[in-house]
Amino acid sequence: MAPNSGSKPLRLIIALAAVIAGLAVWAFWPGTDHGIRLGLDLQGGTQVILQPKPITPGASITEDQLQQTVAIIRQRVDGLGVSEAEVTTQGSGDGAAIVVAVPGVSQDRLLSLVQRTALLDFRPVWGLYPPTSATAVPSESASASPSLSASPSLSASPSLSASPSVSASPSGRALKLATSPSASASVSPTTSASASVSPTTSASVAATPAPVPAESAAPVQLVQSKDNSAAYQSQVAALDCTNPQNFAGGRPDDPVLWLGTCERDGTAKYNLQPAFIKGTNVTGATATLPQNGVGWVVSLTFDSEGAKALADASTQLTALPECGAQGANPCNAFAIVLDGVVVSAPRFNEPILGGQAEIQGNFTAQEAKDLASILKYGALPVTLEPVDITTVSPTVGSDQLRAGILAGLIGLTLVMIYLLIYYRVLGIIAVLSLVIAGVVTYLLFIVLSKSIGLTLTLAGVAGAIVAIGITADSFIVYFERIRDEIRDGRSLRVAADSGWVRARRTLLAADFVSILAAAVLYFLSVGSVRGFAFVLGMTTIIDVVVAFLFTHPLVVILGRSSWMQRGSRWTGLDPSRLGGASVLGTISGSRRRRGRTDGEGDGSADASATTQGEGSA
Amino acid sequence: MSRIGGLGRRLYNGEVSIDFVGRKRLWYIISGVIVLICVLALGFRGLNLGIEFRGGASFTIPQATCSIEEARAVGEAESGSQVIVTQSASGSINVQTAPVSADQSSVIAGSLAKACGVAKEDIKAQVVGPSWGAEISKKALQGLLVFLLLVTIFLSIYFEWRMAVAALVALAHDLVITIGIYAVTGLEVTPATVIGLLTILGYSLYDTVVVFDKVKENTRGITGQSILTYNDAANLAVNQTLVRSINTSIVALLPVLAIIIVGAGFLGAGTLLDLAVALAVGMAAGAYSSIFIATPFLAQLKSRQPEMKALTGRVLARRKQGGASEASGTAVSGILTDTRVASGPRQQPRRQPRSRRSR
Repeated sequence: MAPNSGSKPLRLIIALAAVIAGLAVWAFWPGTDHGIRLGLDLQGGTQVILQPKPITPGASITEDQLQQTVAIIRQRVDGLGVSEAEVTTQGSGDGAAIVVAVPGVSQDRLLSLVQRTALLDFRPVWGLYPPTSATAVPSESASASPSLSASPSLSASPSLSASPSVSASPSGRALKLATSPSASASVSPTTSASASVSPTTSASVAATPAPVPAESAAPVQLVQSKDNSAAYQSQVAALDCTNPQNFAGGRPDDPVLWLGTCERDGTAKYNLQPAFIKGTNVTGATATLPQNGVGWVVSLTFDSEGAKALADASTQLTALPECGAQGANPCNAFAIVLDGVVVSAPRFNEPILGGQAEIQGNFTAQEAKDLASILKYGALPVTLEPVDITTVSPTVGSDQLRAGILAGLIGLTLVMIYLLIYYRVLGIIAVLSLVIAGVVTYLLFIVLSKSIGLTLTLAGVAGAIVAIGITADSFIVYFERIRDEIRDGRSLRVAADSGWVRARRTLLAADFVSILAAAVLYFLSVGSVRGFAFVLGMTTIIDVVVAFLFTHPLVVILGRSSWMQRGSRWTGLDPSRLGGASVLGTISGSRRRRGRTDGEGDGSADASATTQGEGSA
Repeated sequence: MSRIGGLGRRLYNGEVSIDFVGRKRLWYIISGVIVLICVLALGFRGLNLGIEFRGGASFTIPQATCSIEEARAVGEAESGSQVIVTQSASGSINVQTAPVSADQSSVIAGSLAKACGVAKEDIKAQVVGPSWGAEISKKALQGLLVFLLLVTIFLSIYFEWRMAVAALVALAHDLVITIGIYAVTGLEVTPATVIGLLTILGYSLYDTVVVFDKVKENTRGITGQSILTYNDAANLAVNQTLVRSINTSIVALLPVLAIIIVGAGFLGAGTLLDLAVALAVGMAAGAYSSIFIATPFLAQLKSRQPEMKALTGRVLARRKQGGASEASGTAVSGILTDTRVASGPRQQPRRQPRSRRSR
């Protein structure tokens, strides 16, 4: 057994202090967020749990499909411009669920956004334009044109005021904008311009004068038309691609119609012809890094129908001038349209006759992989069924948070009072341990909010409150062990260590069961259960750490003090009351008394009490 | 403190001994009756499942100015089905409908907002598809089974399989009683309730592990002596850990009670309250079962082992020789104190040096 004394206890406490200090620095590092991220039930907002179902019945859902779906939904949700919007998957395979949580957004809006099915198609580009709205109102034309000619990067200059009102404007006079020659030079001839490159060229808005039909483009509706009519063109001209609503996607386009839409990052605007290939024609897409190539490319294969369409289209398009330059309409590029917005718009370098194509561009590995998975799975590779929609108003949310904190404080106070009354000085150690566990929990919440995006939900708050009791339990197990040791006749100094050796085993076993429960819950459940399980598991680990690095060392240190060893009644370890060995010698009397009452007072009583401890450890 | 502390001492030394193991029939009957009531209630009344499990929509209107009847009328008119309307202490009204589409739910929320004089945004709405509940239940059940399997393996390695079985019996006992309370009282079962139940899994076992750890310690090398039966040693362990069990249960229940008070007083029904009620019932049942069910059941399992049978035979034979003082059952306590760990031969002359040394 040989309890380890020396300066070890102090070292453990210092180690814990260092850990806490480290956490505190991390949590309150200047310039970062110091708050705990709150779940929707605590700050208000809408949460939708979507259950992905395979499109073909009986099929199962792959991890790739799931990731692709999440990426599409995230793209749409990000279009809302709400920070802290969250799209996560829980579970995997057929049992997976996608949880979309957006603070401060109403149920209707979020649902319409995520529930829409998406489509993938390839369309020849008719014209490529800067993203801003070239409005029909003459007074605004001045503000539109400089942004075109002046800057090669067209993502700036949001003319938001124009967007909603523009379509209703009765006088649909269009503008003829001059192309800036300096801008057109920025397209490198060697790359087949992926859309992220091409918008750096300027373009001319070639809308012919025509009245704008009043019923046409509301900003949330796609700009589509049967033909490339003047009315349609002026709608395209009016489209403002700097408005996030217009490039959020989520509005499936009709492949047989013309489409005026935006690049999905809002940096360019397109007028697109009817689709020549649908997403279903793509049989394969992979991101590869060619041996002698410069960057990542996406290799594509098509089915026979797609291959034929591709051959025809590429033959026609390669003959056309480059998009953007000189404002050619139509021009040599095709747009990959996902969910109503342009994902990429590569140019054809040559006619592609074999049904195999390669999209080049300055792709990073990630960009290439993303594009490949978009092409491979078409649009949403699954259908989504909203299975749980919860809307919480901000007031209810803050009420719940307040109630949770209040309940936690009351619970903590009650536990502390009980521990102090029952364990006296040891109770103070327990209370300190609880406070330390609380501080560590709080700091960890902040750190985890920052690092892994942990959000604290009401269930998590409940888990933390419940953990108060369970954490205190481990101190009780230890203290009762110390008392047992003292009853067995040990001094406090020895009992602090020998009791710990036994309590430690019990603690580890019991806490292991708790952590096991938390882990199983976390990995096998969805929704609020996970938040609860996470917090419970985390606090159980904190409990173990605090017991090892703080409670036990502190008891050992206190146990060395002469005051504690005298066993005052305030120590909570008064041997005469506990019935253990006492320095005052009262114990021998009590033992003798006990010996008499025993059936077999053969003198083994006291000895037996001591043998037991020796064996363990 | 002193009184409880004193009791703790007497329990520890065996001066006071409650015969938990010996009176197992009594505890079994008590638990049996409670479990039977719970099972019957489950069978006949069933559970009042929340909308998360059966599908449906729920609208909570804070500070509603409308009456329950008005809210009901609006809800039924808009959803075309029967609705359940409840009012909480804080003045909020909850309307639950049959499953509706998302669009419908938006319309219902709008109408309720108008009728009850609140902004539509302030209504807390939840819509759950009918199949989702089955999914949640399936997941919860899966989790339960995986957990039970893992924990059985762990307990079998850490203790032995008999202890694992006894712990699981106690756990089943706690779960049935907790679920049964929901059936008896008709409280609504929500995902928060399930969380509570699943927490009890861990907690009930935590309690049992603490007691069994002491049993294990007390019965180490028990076959090497002939004074104590396994039952006696196990019973002593329960008595010795009794104060601890009481304390841990009280301390664990205090925060849960705080949640119940705050939940009921300020929020009305909700995640916190649902969770806390399940926890309170489960923790109480867990504390009870680790003492009254798990250990007696373990002792019963153990006493079927041949070596334990032999031990019991030896002990009984010895007690018979011991004479009249052993006749009454209560005298067992005395034996316990003396011989608790009478396994080693080196017990003889320890007392004197120790009492002198202890300062």
